[in-house]
Amino acid sequence: MPNDRIAKLGRGQVALFVGTAKGMFVLRSRADRESWTVSGPAFAGEQVASLALDPRDGRLYVASQSWHWGTTIRTSDDLGATWSDPASSVLKFPEDTGLAMQQVWQIQPGRASEPGVVYAGVAPAALFRSADRGASWEMVRGLHEHPHRERWMPGFGGLCLHTIVPDPARPERMTVAISAAGVYRTDDGGATWQARNTGVRAQFLPDPHPEFGQCVHKIVQHPRRPDTLFLQNHWGLYRSDDGGDSWRDIARGVPSDFGFCMAIHPHDPDVVYIVPLESDGYRCTPEGRLRVYRTRDGGGKWEALGEGLPQANAHETVLRDAMCTDALNPAGIYFGTRSGKVYASADGGAHWRCAVDGLPQVLCVRAVYLGDPARAAVGPAARAARTARAAKPASRTKRAPAAKKRTARAARPPQAAPKRAASRS
Amino acid sequence: MSGTERSARLRVFLPQGLRPFAGGAATVEWEQPEAPLSEVLMALWERHPALRDRIFSEDGRWRPHVRMFVGSEDVRWTGDLATRVPEGAEITIVPAVSGG
Repeated sequence: MPNDRIAKLGRGQVALFVGTAKGMFVLRSRADRESWTVSGPAFAGEQVASLALDPRDGRLYVASQSWHWGTTIRTSDDLGATWSDPASSVLKFPEDTGLAMQQVWQIQPGRASEPGVVYAGVAPAALFRSADRGASWEMVRGLHEHPHRERWMPGFGGLCLHTIVPDPARPERMTVAISAAGVYRTDDGGATWQARNTGVRAQFLPDPHPEFGQCVHKIVQHPRRPDTLFLQNHWGLYRSDDGGDSWRDIARGVPSDFGFCMAIHPHDPDVVYIVPLESDGYRCTPEGRLRVYRTRDGGGKWEALGEGLPQANAHETVLRDAMCTDALNPAGIYFGTRSGKVYASADGGAHWRCAVDGLPQVLCVRAVYLGDPARAAVGPAARAARTARAAKPASRTKRAPAAKKRTARAARPPQAAPKRAASRS
Repeated sequence: MSGTERSARLRVFLPQGLRPFAGGAATVEWEQPEAPLSEVLMALWERHPALRDRIFSEDGRWRPHVRMFVGSEDVRWTGDLATRVPEGAEITIVPAVSGG
């Protein structure tokens, strides 16, 4: 199925896929990430709460949800120009469960060592696995049959499995997060799962440290240090250095430890980003100021990043999957708000620009550089070169045809080599 | 149907959002004797299996924001899936006026 609302992407561009309450938009920019062009929506009127670009083969996965007709996962091998038949991939609970699919909250490509494997986290809380690049899906029974399941309680957004963290080093290990059940981990490829919430509080319960029942909002992991996990909780910021066996509080220097989103720097496992919200009652940025907080020492301390972000009358909310990074250096950091704004930083969060304002409610963002990030024209040297070219009109005119040819070349999704091309959040 | 009888053709009108699940068709029609709506829908699923998952969830529940009419009558008021669908009837499936 063609979709002529999505502009074709070219090599050397950064693409930011934005899932909203009313469809998916695509923002694109040069590698300098200084200005953005918007196209879309794809799947107009349908909610896109999760999407993923598979760095192994370039396939784009989008879960679109119609209020009327339910959910399906569509795929595209040309970055959104054409899409699979929506009838071909429908996630369904097995009949014996008596459950019905409500929403896909997370799509997570598998490890490099398991080609074709993709995972999906859904509501009601369950994990699905596809071994054929999304053509068919099977529920992971080991988690569904966990004895805790009947006592899991839904959070405000429903009982959902929203975060999937495959361990890159140990193929039998995977961590998931469920609201409001907490963290669960398997060490045997999904056959059995154990609660991993020691140290994470559930202050909305009479016993604030139960075995399970925590409302975890997001977990991130850096592939170079898989035993270290960072966790944004429904009240609480935590770090684990033993793969989730235990957690310690790292909420020092933040205006609130409530929030939803969390992203880790693509090149530095000690750098993590969050957007604190005032409280679970208000769920907006404190003091009407939109600030990203960053730790550069693995949670020892946090610093506010507000350069370029509105610092008055900005009562914004950033949802759990509405923050991501790209693989460039300096790294791009992105987030979208419930009010439909998308902000981008091309320097690891030091400075921000509003890339677009006026989209529907932003639910998720994912960024990718179309090419080899190591060869991208970014940083001060590239900026100086562009400035020099701009100062020589004759030279620029001569180069125009070649530049146009490069831009017009059909974009291919990143494949195989640029493993780091797709962002994690 | 019997080989000696010939039924009038039943027509099912699909809204825009369902057409991708029926090969792009706006209308599906076939010869169908009078039958309960449940049987008619089974015949529709045989022709376009993906439609079933859009109109019913996998737990067998009719999706709450989907309306079906036989002629101009909303079947919610005429017996739901037991509604009799006469030969040559027209069934219209529409999204309810809902959503955010």
